[in-house]
Amino acid sequence: MPQNSKKLNMVQAINLALKEEMQRDKDVVILGEDVGRDGGVFRVTEGLLELFGEQRVIDTPLAESGIVGVAIGMAAYGLKPIAEIQFMGFIYSAIDQIFSHASRIRNRTRGRFTCPLVIRIPYGAGIKAPDLHSESTEALFCHMPGVKVVVPSSPYNAKGLLISSIRDPDPVIFLESTRLYRLIKEEVPEGEYTIPLGRARIVQEGRDVTIIAWGSMLHRAIQAVEGFDAEVIDLMTLVPFDEEAIFKSVKKTGRVVIIHEAPKTCGFGAEISATISEDAMLYLKAPIIRVAGYDVVMPLPKLEDYYMPTEGRIRKAMEEVMKY
Amino acid sequence: MPEEIIESLNVRYINILNENGDVDESLMPSLSQSEIKKIYELLILSRTFDRYALNLQREGRIGTYASILGQEASQIGSAFAIEKSDWVFPSFREMGVYITLGYPVYMLFQYWSGDERGMQTPEGLNIFPLCVPVGTQVPHAVGAAMAAKYKGDKIAVICYFGDGGTSKGDFHEGFNMAGVFKLPVVFICQNNQWAISVPRSRQTASKTLAQKAFAYGFEGIQVDGNDVFAVYKVVREALDKAKDGGGPTFIECVTYRMGDHTTADDASRYRSKDEVEAWRSKDPIARLKLFMEKNMLWTDEYQKEIEGKAKDMNDEAVKMAESVEKQHFEEMFKYTYERLTFRQIKEMKDF
Ligand SMILES: Cc1ncc(C[n+]2csc(CCOP(=O)(O)OP(=O)(O)O)c2C)c(N)n1
Repeated sequence: MPQNSKKLNMVQAINLALKEEMQRDKDVVILGEDVGRDGGVFRVTEGLLELFGEQRVIDTPLAESGIVGVAIGMAAYGLKPIAEIQFMGFIYSAIDQIFSHASRIRNRTRGRFTCPLVIRIPYGAGIKAPDLHSESTEALFCHMPGVKVVVPSSPYNAKGLLISSIRDPDPVIFLESTRLYRLIKEEVPEGEYTIPLGRARIVQEGRDVTIIAWGSMLHRAIQAVEGFDAEVIDLMTLVPFDEEAIFKSVKKTGRVVIIHEAPKTCGFGAEISATISEDAMLYLKAPIIRVAGYDVVMPLPKLEDYYMPTEGRIRKAMEEVMKY
Repeated sequence: MPEEIIESLNVRYINILNENGDVDESLMPSLSQSEIKKIYELLILSRTFDRYALNLQREGRIGTYASILGQEASQIGSAFAIEKSDWVFPSFREMGVYITLGYPVYMLFQYWSGDERGMQTPEGLNIFPLCVPVGTQVPHAVGAAMAAKYKGDKIAVICYFGDGGTSKGDFHEGFNMAGVFKLPVVFICQNNQWAISVPRSRQTASKTLAQKAFAYGFEGIQVDGNDVFAVYKVVREALDKAKDGGGPTFIECVTYRMGDHTTADDASRYRSKDEVEAWRSKDPIARLKLFMEKNMLWTDEYQKEIEGKAKDMNDEAVKMAESVEKQHFEEMFKYTYERLTFRQIKEMKDF
C-alpha cells in the first residue's frame, strides 16, 4: 500500500500516475502534440520528457488521426501507448481510427491482436475557452462497442482510474475536465493504487433521491443537493457503467435526477434513464429527470453560463421528483 | 532498360525587398505609390490591432488571442491581391487578412471577447469565420473553388493555414482534389516556424513545404513571407492564373511568429531568445518603411499621422465592441437550425 501522500490538483495527480506507470512498465509511452518539450498545453505531461526521453515521450506532428492510428499500431505490436489529444473538439478526425479500428481489432482478429491504448482528452466547458475548446461529446464514444469511457472527478480518482486504464487490455477514452484541472486539491498517495473501471462511487448516501453525475458536473450536483436527503453517485466509468450501484440506489430512493454537461438529446443520461426504466421501473416513484446541456452548438464564452446546467436547474429537478 | 530520371522538381524562392529597404527592380510588382502607402497603412493598422488585442486580453477584456506579430507582410501582402468577389477561407491567425479585406475591426474584437456575432461576416464580403480546428478548412476552399468553376464564375478561392496544418490529412485530401480537378484555388501557408512548441523541422522531413504541391500535380513556390512585395506579387500571379483556368498554386510564406502561440502560451519554454532576436531584424514593416523613405514616400509626420489614425480606429472599434447590447439567451438556440426544434422550444422555457 502507498505510504506518502500529498495534496495535488488533477493535473499533478495525472502527471504522477503517468510517471509511476512509466517507471513501472517500459512499454508505456506517450505521444501527442506538444506533450514533450512543452509538457502539454495543460502541463499534464510536464517533466516526463526529461525523465523518460524522446523515445517514450513523443512530440508528434499536428495530426490527430495519425496520432491515434499510430498508437493503434504501437498497441497491437505490444506497447502501451497513451495518446494525448489537446481538446475534445480536435478528436473528430481521429474518430475513424477509433471506431473503425481501435474498437474492433480484438473482435476482428478473434483475440489474436488487441489494442490496449489510452486516449487522454481534456473536455468540457467552464474555462471561457475559444470555439471547439469546450466540447463534451462523450456519448459518441459510449455508443461504440469496443471502447471504454472513463471520466474522473477528482485528483484522487483520476490517478487510480488512469492507472487502471493504462493496464486495461482494451482501448480507453480517458476524459479530463478542464474546469477541474486546477480547481480542487486533494490528498493523493504516492505509489500504486488502482480504482477499478466500471465501478461507481457513492459520494454521499441519502434516502429521497438519487443524483447521478460524472466529471465536473458531479461538483455542481454536490453543491445543489444541500438541504435534500440525496444519494449522490459519481459514475466515473461510463462504459461499462455500474448498473448495480444505480439499481441499488434506485431501490432505496425511487427517484432519479441525472446531470450531464453534454446536450440532452442522445446524451449518456438517456442510456442510464432507459436502463433504469427497463430493469428497475417498479421501484420508481417519480419520472426520471435529466438536467443537461441544451441542444445547441456549444457557445463561445459569452453565452457559456447560459449553456451549463446550473445549481438552480438541478434543484428544480429535485423539487420536481420530490412532488411524487 | 536503363534507369532514368522521369521527374525532377524545382522549387522557386522569391524575395524582392531586402532588410535594407532595397528592391530587385526586375521582380518588382506594379504597384502605384498610393497603393504602396495603402499597404503600409494596413500593416500599421494590423499591428496596432494586434497590440490592442494583446493588451485587452491582459486586462481580461477579451479571451485567448492569437497574435499576428511578425506575420503582417504575409497577411496584408496576400490579402491586398484579393478581389472582392474572391472567396477566402482563413485559419484562426489571419487578423491582418480580415482587416485588409475591410472586415469591421470592432467585430474582430467582439469575436475574441467570446461573442459569436463578431463572426457574422457582413454582406458583400466572402470571408469565412476563423477556423479553429487546424487544417480542416482546406477541403472547404477546394469545394468552393469547385462550385465557382461549375458556375462559371471568374473568381479564385484563397485558403490560409500554418506549417502545422500541412501535417493534417485534410490538407492532403484537399490538395489532391484541387490538383485532380485543376481548381481555381490558391493555398497560402504561413510557415511561421512553430506550431505551438513543435518546430517546422518536426512537422515534415521534407526540405520545404512548398514542394508538397508537386506531389499533387501543381506548383509550390516559396516566398520571403516578411517581404510584402514578394508575397503580393506571387499571390497576385497565382490568383490570375487560377482565374485563367491554370489551376491551383501553393505558396509557402517563410515568416516568423514573434509572439507566443496565443495568450495562453509561453514560448520561452521551448525556443531561444537568440532565435527570436535573429528574426527581429527581418521585420516586415521596418523594411517597407526603409524602402519608402528611400523613395520619398515616408516622413516622420506621415508616420505620426497614420499611427494616430490606426489608434483612433482601434479605440473606436474597442468602444463599439464593448458597447454592443448583451446577447440574449435566444442567441444560443437561434442558429442551430433555420427553425427551432420542439425540444429547443421546450428548453428555452428554462430561462
Ligand atoms: C485539429 C487541431 N488540433 C490541435 C489544435 C490545437 N492547436 C491550435 S493551433 C496549433 C498549432 C498550429 O500550428 P500552425 O498550423 O503552424 O499554425 P500557427 O499556430 O503557427 O499559426 C495547435 C496544435 C487545433 N486547434 N486543431
